[in-house]
Amino acid sequence: MARSVTTRGKAINTVLAWAVGLLIFFPILWTILTSFKTEGQAIASPPIFLNFDWTLENYAVVQERSDYLKYLTNSIVISVGSTFLGLLVAIPAAWSMAFVPSKRTKDILMWMLSTKMLPAVGVLYPIYLLFIKLGLLDSRAGLVVVLMLINLPIIVWMLYTYFKEIPGEILEACRMDGASLKEEIIHILTPMAVPGIASTLLLNIILAWNEAFWTLNLTAAKAAPLTAFIASYSSPEGLFYAKLSAASTMAIAPILIMGWFSQKQLVRGLTFGAVK
Amino acid sequence: MATQHSRSAARLMMAPAVILLLGWMLVPLIMTLYFSFKNYLPLRGGDLGWVGFENYVRFVTSSSFWPSVLTTMTIVCSVLVITVVLGVLLALLLDRPMWGQGIVRILVIAPFFVMPTVSALIWKNMFMDPINGLFAHLWMFFGAEPIQWMSQASMTSIVIIVSWQWLPFATLILLTAIQSLDGEQLEASEMDGAPALKRFWYIILPHLSRAITVVVLIQTIFLLAVFAEIFVTTGGAFGTKTLSYLIFQRVLESQNVGLGSAGGVYAIILANIVATFLMRIVGKNLDN
Repeated sequence: MARSVTTRGKAINTVLAWAVGLLIFFPILWTILTSFKTEGQAIASPPIFLNFDWTLENYAVVQERSDYLKYLTNSIVISVGSTFLGLLVAIPAAWSMAFVPSKRTKDILMWMLSTKMLPAVGVLYPIYLLFIKLGLLDSRAGLVVVLMLINLPIIVWMLYTYFKEIPGEILEACRMDGASLKEEIIHILTPMAVPGIASTLLLNIILAWNEAFWTLNLTAAKAAPLTAFIASYSSPEGLFYAKLSAASTMAIAPILIMGWFSQKQLVRGLTFGAVK
Repeated sequence: MATQHSRSAARLMMAPAVILLLGWMLVPLIMTLYFSFKNYLPLRGGDLGWVGFENYVRFVTSSSFWPSVLTTMTIVCSVLVITVVLGVLLALLLDRPMWGQGIVRILVIAPFFVMPTVSALIWKNMFMDPINGLFAHLWMFFGAEPIQWMSQASMTSIVIIVSWQWLPFATLILLTAIQSLDGEQLEASEMDGAPALKRFWYIILPHLSRAITVVVLIQTIFLLAVFAEIFVTTGGAFGTKTLSYLIFQRVLESQNVGLGSAGGVYAIILANIVATFLMRIVGKNLDN
């Protein structure tokens, strides 16, 4: 906006915005700080903010006691696996809907979105039962499939809105030049679609990483990802603030970093292209 | 234009996604409907035959049904009001010129990336614990008696936690919408001497209406299904049992699948009513 602003006005905005921003961020900051305290300092009264003896002990204990790396591996396998599987299915579908639209394209897109509205709890038992019958309970493969399915509509939609922005004339021109469908996809479409695919990938890894209904209900010890790992800290006997903080920090750090890179795509992806 | 050849290719390319989603939708849905008409207790005799609409009647007439609906509505409405109102204010603030805007944006958006189990546990223990929580320290500092958040103010606690998670989402979307506002129109109104409040009411708010609708509808879908935040904090006690949590308890805790499935059908109907509105909005956008 081209409105002229005085330096004083800008300073006031800055102070206000930073105050609010830090207030909202504070629970995360506090968790990160607490993870470096000893258990005694973590519950000290009055609370200690910065002048404590920084220690990495909690991280070592969390890893040792509950094998953090196992849960981390599960989280990575499940979120990345389900996203790639989803992309594999969604890219051809979104491509064909964007470039060879028919009368039914819009209805199909709408219907896909509607499957996302199905409340998970409504179909919990059937899925639970199917998982037992198929031997998928507490398996990473089972979660990869379920998370792929619940995120598939978002993946198709995001890719569709990105593909729509690739000008159709370019494709027609290369068809005129006699390029085959395969050549068209490899040489023209893929390079233009890579940014859209990358942001779809990023957002969906985040969504799958944080998914906390199916991951809690369909896993036990073997395939449990970080969401379940943290939930195990809710029992009173496991409750030590510094260790809880270390575990939490480790669980959210990878995704916080990824999330910050994808915040622009987030709006578009989560509103199904309605707000850009 | 598309040739016959590319049309059939397109259909083929769409098939896997359509078939997978069709299966994902229909198979569990049909099974839920099937179980909802049965007396089915996996741990106490298994399938005990058809019972017609008995489960549906029992679910609705049980003493926990209406409170659970009320709890669900309270959580959804409170969080919506809080996130939309604060979201608009925050978006207006963040849209103004300042130093370090990018960093503030990052700070504000961060809670959205925290997994629900983590945010619930952080709030429950490090802030709302009546002895060691920061709120307890704060209350004592001002000479007040610390609140037993999880039992005395259980609903308030859940609403705070969930609002904290969703405020970034609302803010980010509303900020994106504000930034697409035509600056010239605002400038013209400013020159005409329209006061800030009037500018907000007559220009900014109407411009935001669609973004607000989108925020409300999308959040409603997710808020109706709030689960982990209750699972790790109160476990459904102290009046925080939502409809989804009630169904979860019927199905997995008391293993009454028939009754839980009937509840599931109610939840599906409820979500579909909300979804219908969402589809209209998104559908309109697709036409533009």
